[in-house]
Amino acid sequence: MATFSTNEFRGGLKVMLDGDPCSIIENEFVKPGKGQAFNRVKLRNLKTGRVIERTFKSGETLEGADVVDTEMQYLYNDGEQWHFMVPESFEQYAADTNTVGDAKKWLKEQDVCIVTLYNGTPISVTPPNFVELTIVETDPGIRGDTSGGGGKPATLDTGAVVRVPLFVQTGEVIKVDTRTGEYVSRVK
Amino acid sequence: MMAEWRPSCPLAALETRAGLLATIRRFFAARNVLEVETPLLCRAGVTDPNLHPFTTVLRRPGGAESDRLYLQTSPEFAMKRLLAAGSGSIYQICKAFRNEEAGRHHNPEFTLLEWYRVGFDLAQLIDEIDALLGEICRDDLNLESSERLSYRELFREYVGVDPLLASFRELAECSKAQGLPEAEALCGDNRSLWLDLLFSHLVQPRLGRGRVTFVYDFPAFLPSLARIKLGDPLVVERVEIFLGGLELGNGFYELADAIEQEERFDRDLVVRRENGLPLPAKDERLLAALRSGLPDCSGIALGIDRLLMIMMRAESIDNVLAFPTARA
Repeated sequence: MATFSTNEFRGGLKVMLDGDPCSIIENEFVKPGKGQAFNRVKLRNLKTGRVIERTFKSGETLEGADVVDTEMQYLYNDGEQWHFMVPESFEQYAADTNTVGDAKKWLKEQDVCIVTLYNGTPISVTPPNFVELTIVETDPGIRGDTSGGGGKPATLDTGAVVRVPLFVQTGEVIKVDTRTGEYVSRVK
Repeated sequence: MMAEWRPSCPLAALETRAGLLATIRRFFAARNVLEVETPLLCRAGVTDPNLHPFTTVLRRPGGAESDRLYLQTSPEFAMKRLLAAGSGSIYQICKAFRNEEAGRHHNPEFTLLEWYRVGFDLAQLIDEIDALLGEICRDDLNLESSERLSYRELFREYVGVDPLLASFRELAECSKAQGLPEAEALCGDNRSLWLDLLFSHLVQPRLGRGRVTFVYDFPAFLPSLARIKLGDPLVVERVEIFLGGLELGNGFYELADAIEQEERFDRDLVVRRENGLPLPAKDERLLAALRSGLPDCSGIALGIDRLLMIMMRAESIDNVLAFPTARA
């Protein structure tokens, strides 16, 4: 794997830090007029999702991480493992509940999502930004309400609970933004 | 890249810069300080191991013979030669160049205001810097009167240990407690490195908040061209200026002793050799000037681009430069 020097650290670069693959978020050059140059770097640990800050001497290097984001189709959950497939090659990968993390409440079979592979093994799953899911349960709305001031909770077919306007009913399909967990619109 | 021919700063920044330069020139004209120019292309490089100069090659007409030349990292040496020649108090507004420095607060080419006051000690120079900054931005930024604090007291307050006396173990422990566990592996038993790291990460961001902060009495083992303080050989007569968490400038009660100056060059060169850095020749013309006699004086360099960043509340130096190096 290639090594990268602090001056090559840019947002999105994947590097190894303390044995874990990390993605660089920010890199700030710090240098006193008379003194050593440093780089104050913000990174996200791709295994834990935690953000860390670390200072390096300018010119220090880190090894690149063998991390690739791959588009895969979510196939099914067998109770323990979540199974994904690369549509072009039919290659299949399995991830445990921990790895799937929060993405699990947005994943519907056949949907295409991003699976992050580290040394060929899934370490995280990112759902599509928008998903279309069916409401399986919500209180009947009040008549005449059009957009809904407060809204009400609705349970979706994946188990996720989102706030929806009062006029939206059980059985309807809605569009949700998975980054915020918010209702976007009804789907006709 | 679309629109890269355009300046990266708003056009208003050009006016603010022009106004700032006019204020500076008025300020020094009223005080009878002479504006001078010295070469940007220099024959001698700097020895400071933390500075990386740009180099170029001088060719005679026809292209045959050649000499290595440096783009200056600061006009300090040339201005001291003028002082030794009897110029009296002088100032200069010029470009300086430092390779391997780029970021939100650094551009490899930047503008310095550097001035020297014959007969001034450090306290008098600080008074004058204070007066200049007052004219430039006290009202616009609504600044309170400035504060003057020693390096050691600030370090003790914000880092929690004495910068000169703390053991490496103590430095490691307090940096761990302050969220810098990597410091120990980074700095080891290099005290200059420890101090650079802890001061820049833990102290500097808190300085110059709502007022100018002058930090004085710097540890003597940090590189500088300042005199050792009379009665306290552990510190030098050096001041740094901070505003809004940014380092604006560095001033000294200038070292005039040619022998000590040469020793400092030699020490720098030892560090350079250890680190595999280029070994520039010592500036013999500066040493000769010091031997002939530098008048008692204090001098300071201020970063004009950073001052503009503060005046314009800019997040990045690119917002005050017409064409930063990336689009020069």
